[in-house]
Amino acid sequence: MRRYVPRFVALAYLTAVLLAPLTMVFWRTFQHGLAPVWGALSNPETVHAFKLTLIVTAIAVPVNTIFGVAVSLLIVRKRFPGKGVLNAFIDLPLALSPVVVGLSLYLLYGRNGWFGSWLLGHGIQVLFAWPAIVLATIFASVPFVAREVIPTLRELGDEQEQAASTLGASGWQTFRRITLPSIRWAVIYGVVLTTARSLGEYGAVAIVSGRIVGRTETATLRVDDSYQNFDLTGAYSISLVLAATAVVVLILMTVLKPKEQMA
Amino acid sequence: MRKRLLLAFVALAVALVSATAASARRSATTINLVAYSTPKPVLAQLISAWQATPDGKGVNFTQSYGASGSQTRAVLAGQPADVLFLSHGADMNSLADAGIVPSTWDKGKYNGIGANSVVAFLVREGNPKHIHTWNDLLQSGVQVVTPNPFTSGGAMWNILAAYGAQRKLGKTDKQATAFVQQLFTHVVSQDTSASNAANTFLSGKGDVLITYESEAYAGVAKGQGLHMVVPKQTLLVQLPLVASTKAPPEAQKFIDFVQSPAGQTILASNGYRPVDKSVLKDPALAKWRAAYNGGSRLIWTINDPIYGGWRQAFKTWFDPNSGRMVGIEHAVGGTTGG
Amino acid sequence: MAESHANPVALRLSRAAGTSERAGTALSLGLVSTFLTLIVILPIAALVWESKRDGAHAFWQVVSSPEAVSAFKLTIGAAAIVALVNAVLGTVTAWVLVRDDFRGKALVNSVIDLPFALPTIVAGLTLLALYGPRSPIGVNLAFTRTAICLALCFVTLPFVVRTVQPVLLELDTEMEQAAHSLGASGLVTFRRIVLPNLLPGILSGLVLALARAVGEIGAVVLISGNLPYRTEVSSVYVMGRIESGDPAGAAAVAVVLLATSFAILLGVGGLRFLVTRHERA
Repeated sequence: MRRYVPRFVALAYLTAVLLAPLTMVFWRTFQHGLAPVWGALSNPETVHAFKLTLIVTAIAVPVNTIFGVAVSLLIVRKRFPGKGVLNAFIDLPLALSPVVVGLSLYLLYGRNGWFGSWLLGHGIQVLFAWPAIVLATIFASVPFVAREVIPTLRELGDEQEQAASTLGASGWQTFRRITLPSIRWAVIYGVVLTTARSLGEYGAVAIVSGRIVGRTETATLRVDDSYQNFDLTGAYSISLVLAATAVVVLILMTVLKPKEQMA
Repeated sequence: MRKRLLLAFVALAVALVSATAASARRSATTINLVAYSTPKPVLAQLISAWQATPDGKGVNFTQSYGASGSQTRAVLAGQPADVLFLSHGADMNSLADAGIVPSTWDKGKYNGIGANSVVAFLVREGNPKHIHTWNDLLQSGVQVVTPNPFTSGGAMWNILAAYGAQRKLGKTDKQATAFVQQLFTHVVSQDTSASNAANTFLSGKGDVLITYESEAYAGVAKGQGLHMVVPKQTLLVQLPLVASTKAPPEAQKFIDFVQSPAGQTILASNGYRPVDKSVLKDPALAKWRAAYNGGSRLIWTINDPIYGGWRQAFKTWFDPNSGRMVGIEHAVGGTTGG
Repeated sequence: MAESHANPVALRLSRAAGTSERAGTALSLGLVSTFLTLIVILPIAALVWESKRDGAHAFWQVVSSPEAVSAFKLTIGAAAIVALVNAVLGTVTAWVLVRDDFRGKALVNSVIDLPFALPTIVAGLTLLALYGPRSPIGVNLAFTRTAICLALCFVTLPFVVRTVQPVLLELDTEMEQAAHSLGASGLVTFRRIVLPNLLPGILSGLVLALARAVGEIGAVVLISGNLPYRTEVSSVYVMGRIESGDPAGAAAVAVVLLATSFAILLGVGGLRFLVTRHERA
């Protein structure tokens, strides 16, 4: 009996807040059959947008993963002044609404921005080109890997690492063979969260990308374009593909997770 | 595994760099078109039609569509723009102030306007609440949907129209302003953009959506089946179309085409009232002529003395600190809210 | 330590390891700080600078305006509620996903992150369709404050679930089994043994949820109605300031929101420090 209460509560919550909406997305996508879905997805502008989204995600995810693991190790295992402040700073990007993120990037890289005039004078285009999209996407998904890894690292002690160290293992060896496998689930979930967020980032990218059709439109911008043109099926179809990509990434990561090291 | 990952990143980086280099290599004239969201379908037609003419042959376009205000700010921050098609003159004035478009943009042909529309109402099938006039909006129980004028520049037209209609009916400035405040007690949703407001209305909320005719036709064209009412007194929504100061000469040629009978015909058959009214004499546009000429008896513009032009209207009504709408929002919501 | 003293080679090795370890730490810290500066601190610094542009009086005027204050209260209130809901229900969900077994569990586990991958427009559209005027299940919450919380719950759902899951997966069940064999009920075991170990994970997810809830705009705008003083959140108010030509005012409100979030984050970090004190003893 006791086992069923948590299960019921969790499933009720998930149904209301997650599963019902997802079912709705599915239904709305295929409501009018497969033809409009295929039409929306095979549109050359949309295909280009998917490619751009994948490239941006492929850059943002590894960057944030490396940062996340590095900063987690620093925060949990090392002592240094300002640790609490550093810890708090990692989450701050999320508290900025996309409109504000866009504004801040304009302030930095815009025509009259802190670095804008210098960069443009040297022919380097940040805003309204892919670098700004990458920056905005990285910004939006900074905390996830760190927030996953830090609690897990805290939960595990560092005895094994200390033992390895006294036995003569280098820092890198200890990391690769002991630390990394022990945080594998945390890294996996962190990577999945970061990937999902990068795929779905819309607000800030809308402002800094220039929304140039066929050039700087990401998949989420295509969703908005479909929505603006009353093509809801198109909007839902593209979103479903993004969601499916996130699920595929989760499955891949779960299947490919690094094997536990033998003692 | 790590080596393969590294190779993959290098390959991606190379692909990205060559993609950006490739796009820089295009040598024919390119016009960067920056517009608000609704006219994407009609601009596609205008561009193809122009590219079939001698002037437009071989000219490429890049296109960007988004909310008028967002597009304006992007161009102010450095987004390349040669042709701008926005939803109201206040945005064009901001660009003029920054030197991106000429300060005389509204002195040219047709005062720098590419197409017109009017403020209109969208109601439910069969118009169950019998909404035909501005005063009908204040009937007991009528729920109104209109975008927030601070987040949606285009929504400013709606409020100025509501005010203007009262003035044209003989009310004083004070009475007309009080009307707007009364109207806002009926507003049940102030979406951040016109599209979101349309979406709210489509989701079943509200009895009437205040929008403009061209937006309504865009929805109808996509099978949304909305019933439109154009009130007898309404404001002319003038959509500015201007070439930037640094644009290539082809940009102005494109604008000339849009303002020519050929371009105006295309606009008229897509739900936009032409600035060149003579094209409506074309028998092929008979249905549109009937639609545009029916309904309204009195249409005025932003330059009417009751407004004094966009700069004055913006300062009076929509200044974020001292505009009348600030007080109205507070009076309507601040006393009941927490 | 006596052993290393006896063996000069081991002593030299451990000293060298210590030095290179410190160098490694310094390098990591340097790289991490550079990254954070470029990606996070510079944009925030630009915002703070912009907020001061028109002077302290203008800053205060915007931030203390009745509409801004109303939006702020609504935003923080909704974020707090949503963070708590996530903390409780997210933990229960993580527990069920790790410790329980039922048909379809793998499927449910694989869709937890989807609120993230869906663009916020679609999130808003879907919630509006499900819980709005034309709700197929007759639940119409749209255009109320409850709708704001609902939208925020949707976009923050993955956080606590995904931060608690890895901790639960790595948790050693020995202590739980010992407590159980000594006669402790499931609830007592959970409260006294499991929960303290999960708390860092829960708090981690909670701060993420809180931060996201404060900054969310896309999913909320479609379902809340954005009525000033009633259902307008700070992110929409800020958008209004930007759109009507007052970026300094917008930056001011954003800075206040940031400072509040920062204070909460520091507070929760301190709380986590206190809670895990027993581990460091």
